[in-house]
Amino acid sequence: MRKSLLLALLAAFGLAVTSGPTVAQTPGVTATEIKIGNTNPYSGPASAYGTIGKSLGAYFKKVNDEGGINGRKINYISYDDSYSPPKAVEMVRKLVEQDEVAALFQTLGTPTNTAIQKYVNQQKVPHLFVATGATKWNDPKNFPWTMGWQPNYQTEGRVYAAYIMKNFPDAKIGILYQNDDYGKDYRKGLHDGLGEAAKKMIVMEQTYEVTDPTIDSQIVNLKNSGANVFFNVTIPKFAVQAIKKAHDIGWKPAHFLNNVSSSLATVLKPAGLEASKGLITALYMKEITDPQWKNDKGFQDWVTWMKKYYPEGALDDQSNAFGYTAAQAMTQVLKQCGSDLSRENIMKQAANLKNVEFPLLLPGIKVNTSPTDHAPIEQEQLAKFDGERWVLFGELLEAVKK
Amino acid sequence: MDTLIQQIVSGLATGGIYGSVALALVMIYQATEVVNYAQGEMAMFSTYLAWTLLNAGLPYWVAFFATLAIAFVGGLVLERILIRPVENAPVLTIVIVCIGLLVILNSVAGWVYSYIQKPFPSPFPSKPIQVGNIYFGAHDIGALGVTLVVLACLYVFFRFTTLGLAMRAAAQNPVSSRLCGIRVGWMLAVGWGLAALVGAVAGMMVAPIVFLDPNMMAGILIYAFASATLGGFTSPGGAVLGGLIVGVIENLVGTYVSFIGTELKLTVALAMILIVLVFRPSGLFGRAVVHRV
Amino acid sequence: MPPRSWTFTVAGIGLAVALALPFFLSNFRLFQFSQVYIYAMALLGLNILTGYNGQISLGHGAFYAVGAYTTAIMIDQWNVPYGWTIPVAGLVCLVVGFLFGIPALRLEGLYLALATFALALAVPQILKYFEHWTGGSQGIVLSKPKAPWGLKLNPDQWLYFLCLGLLVLSFILASNLLRGRTGRAIVAIRDNPIAAQSMGVNTALYKSLTFGVSAAYTGVAGALSAVTVAYVAPDSFDVFRSITFLVGIVIGGLASVSGAIFGALFIQFVPNWAMDISKAAPWAIYGVFLIGFMYAMPRGIAGSIRLATVRWLRRRAEPRGSSGGSPR
Repeated sequence: MRKSLLLALLAAFGLAVTSGPTVAQTPGVTATEIKIGNTNPYSGPASAYGTIGKSLGAYFKKVNDEGGINGRKINYISYDDSYSPPKAVEMVRKLVEQDEVAALFQTLGTPTNTAIQKYVNQQKVPHLFVATGATKWNDPKNFPWTMGWQPNYQTEGRVYAAYIMKNFPDAKIGILYQNDDYGKDYRKGLHDGLGEAAKKMIVMEQTYEVTDPTIDSQIVNLKNSGANVFFNVTIPKFAVQAIKKAHDIGWKPAHFLNNVSSSLATVLKPAGLEASKGLITALYMKEITDPQWKNDKGFQDWVTWMKKYYPEGALDDQSNAFGYTAAQAMTQVLKQCGSDLSRENIMKQAANLKNVEFPLLLPGIKVNTSPTDHAPIEQEQLAKFDGERWVLFGELLEAVKK
Repeated sequence: MDTLIQQIVSGLATGGIYGSVALALVMIYQATEVVNYAQGEMAMFSTYLAWTLLNAGLPYWVAFFATLAIAFVGGLVLERILIRPVENAPVLTIVIVCIGLLVILNSVAGWVYSYIQKPFPSPFPSKPIQVGNIYFGAHDIGALGVTLVVLACLYVFFRFTTLGLAMRAAAQNPVSSRLCGIRVGWMLAVGWGLAALVGAVAGMMVAPIVFLDPNMMAGILIYAFASATLGGFTSPGGAVLGGLIVGVIENLVGTYVSFIGTELKLTVALAMILIVLVFRPSGLFGRAVVHRV
Repeated sequence: MPPRSWTFTVAGIGLAVALALPFFLSNFRLFQFSQVYIYAMALLGLNILTGYNGQISLGHGAFYAVGAYTTAIMIDQWNVPYGWTIPVAGLVCLVVGFLFGIPALRLEGLYLALATFALALAVPQILKYFEHWTGGSQGIVLSKPKAPWGLKLNPDQWLYFLCLGLLVLSFILASNLLRGRTGRAIVAIRDNPIAAQSMGVNTALYKSLTFGVSAAYTGVAGALSAVTVAYVAPDSFDVFRSITFLVGIVIGGLASVSGAIFGALFIQFVPNWAMDISKAAPWAIYGVFLIGFMYAMPRGIAGSIRLATVRWLRRRAEPRGSSGGSPR
């Protein structure tokens, strides 16, 4: 009796020692699920972006309904950080230390991501496709676990600068920008792109706060500075005011509108389609309220998905297309991992996307990453508004590598 | 010179917004001696109700007055249900209840209507009126006009009606008022109802400019407080005037004082509040309140 | 009044539990509890001013920010070891608070609340303006410190003990302050400023000093938060922070030192619970909690405990069989 007990114990011990990698080696992964973590501002001043976090969950639901990834379902966990850096730190620590997610995905906001960046890299957790256009996320040397997603704001600014230098060499430029990292990043891009000429060409800069009710005063000042080129770095609410006010006071500069506010339904229509004629922007996605994509298959698939999986989401909110595409990229990464879903391999595959196309990106734009290139989308195309839709012109422009 | 006049005009326009919200704040303070921090959210929520009615196909002015009626009843009910149980609690307890209300309204609005901004129609034409080189927004003038009409109606109500008199009595001296047969509890409720009504007007006038979203009142509330402080919390007319002054000063400082520029607008509001409070705490038009020892 | 020995016993048990926690809880939970201690210190500061001295402040987030940024700038720009930055932050806030207290002397009740509210609103803007020092909207990234003197603790455990230790110290200091002559003067100013003045209390000096001391406590809390979160940005110090502090002291209990702990636990954990209850409208649940607490306990948690203890003692003191209160 005693001997058999001893043998049994030895056998159990042997089994335990020789069995495959324990859960601790592939955190967040079991035979049936993969845990993906996210924080988003579902409350507070940036709550309008919270729909992105919801759309990500809705896309993963679709993936799960279609069988999941290599037999595993995605368990998407998303917490509210109210756009507050300390809250983001707390929620991300919860995701990493308590929920033990396999990777962090599309955490939103520049200050919030800045707060968690060091921690996440120390803990060696994939910090993928962060939802912010700030330039600092493409730094694989210092932060090898962090990866950006959209073309960054400075790149866009430089794209406009190059266009202005070529087509408006005698320009007098006026800039209106939001007084935070988003606005300042765009401004820097324009300044850098103009180089030496910046001092001569930029005749006035005006800022505003998100808490300002209107920016009418700033537009009046810009008009009176004699500027004939206007770089408009505003979020949708203020973009409408800017376009309308400029039109109302008879100011007709060459008007460059940042990508963030390029939505027809949210910005151009309320501002007035006539008033918006001539606006120039840089796009990387199909603008979902633009009639030119009505019969596009990618667009129609998106609408079908919205109606089935995210019916409470707005069909005229570009954020829902943004989330949809980012989730497709994450799904691609997870698929590429095959059966090895360790954090190291997830990171490796994320940095190994080659010429991937997604249906809602502009035709021709390809996603590319490598161990030295942590910027997935780097191409944009200029478009001009003709009163009805954004008419793409020129070629796909690459990010200017410094 | 043109810039100066245009900036003043723009400032008056923005100031009209501040003034109308400040009016609601002062109203409720006059009626109940409580500053209701949920005032902005109540106005926002009323505006969403108006939006729902407009979307259902009602013509503008029908929806407008229907919203006013709903807001009045809503304010009244809120006071009876929420504030009555803590009427005799310390002031700060009531403040926390108001904050709770603020948070609930904001969250429910976001949940029901989502956080994306919605355009809100204006009853006034959108083409600007041009006088020489100066442009006047038709809506700005119209909104200011509506605010002044509301102000006039309130003045008439409080000065010349029995109910108005009863409300003033109840706010100033609840004990004596009860002895005269005034039902003080209901006077407070009516006060809240009126303030909600005024807030709803402010919300519907403001929404076409700043767009309807659950956080739309947050920025305005600050300036509304500054306006009410400047004008005096005991003077409704002063609150509106205070709003206009704040709007104009804000724009002029932003344009002409370059080291402040537009980056420190809130700080300018803070400075204004502090200066007024230190030198004339009851505001430009308020009455100094004397406490008996 | 419950006997002092009771307060000591309860405090002792609480301290023992707090000291034992690091051996049971994960690092993440220790991080959360460190935040609780930091909030408790900030709430203690606010309570001294508002609860005991009757000056309503809706702007203590500003002092929290000043403390945090003082620490962050000293570490980031001048490489000062974080230990020294904490008392410096406290000192800076003491001065700033005292200076703000001087014009505040002329304000009362609603108007003081407004002035402090305006201060809370302006602080993020001012922080962004002085970009060269504060890093503007990008903020300042810091490193989490390791345990000193070769102690076998990981950073989270070390910071937990540091926050706990400083909290205990501030509790003791505050209790001593409030129990003595100064405390009585402070409370007298709240209850009846004119009578206090006639009794010879220098109200102006006391009120300004109280502002300063209150700011110092909150400033030290801010400094600790900069060290534990390892990042400061203007977005961390918005007006909602100040409002949350006010919520904390009212829920915890005005004019109560122990109330700070209850309030801190509330503001740290209840939003998380609300999120667990409802994904769709978590803050609505939080609002319901707020209102519910105020209905059930208008004098805060500490106030209700005090009330319940007194009632229980009184009932015990009555001779058996008698109904109705003793004619005291």
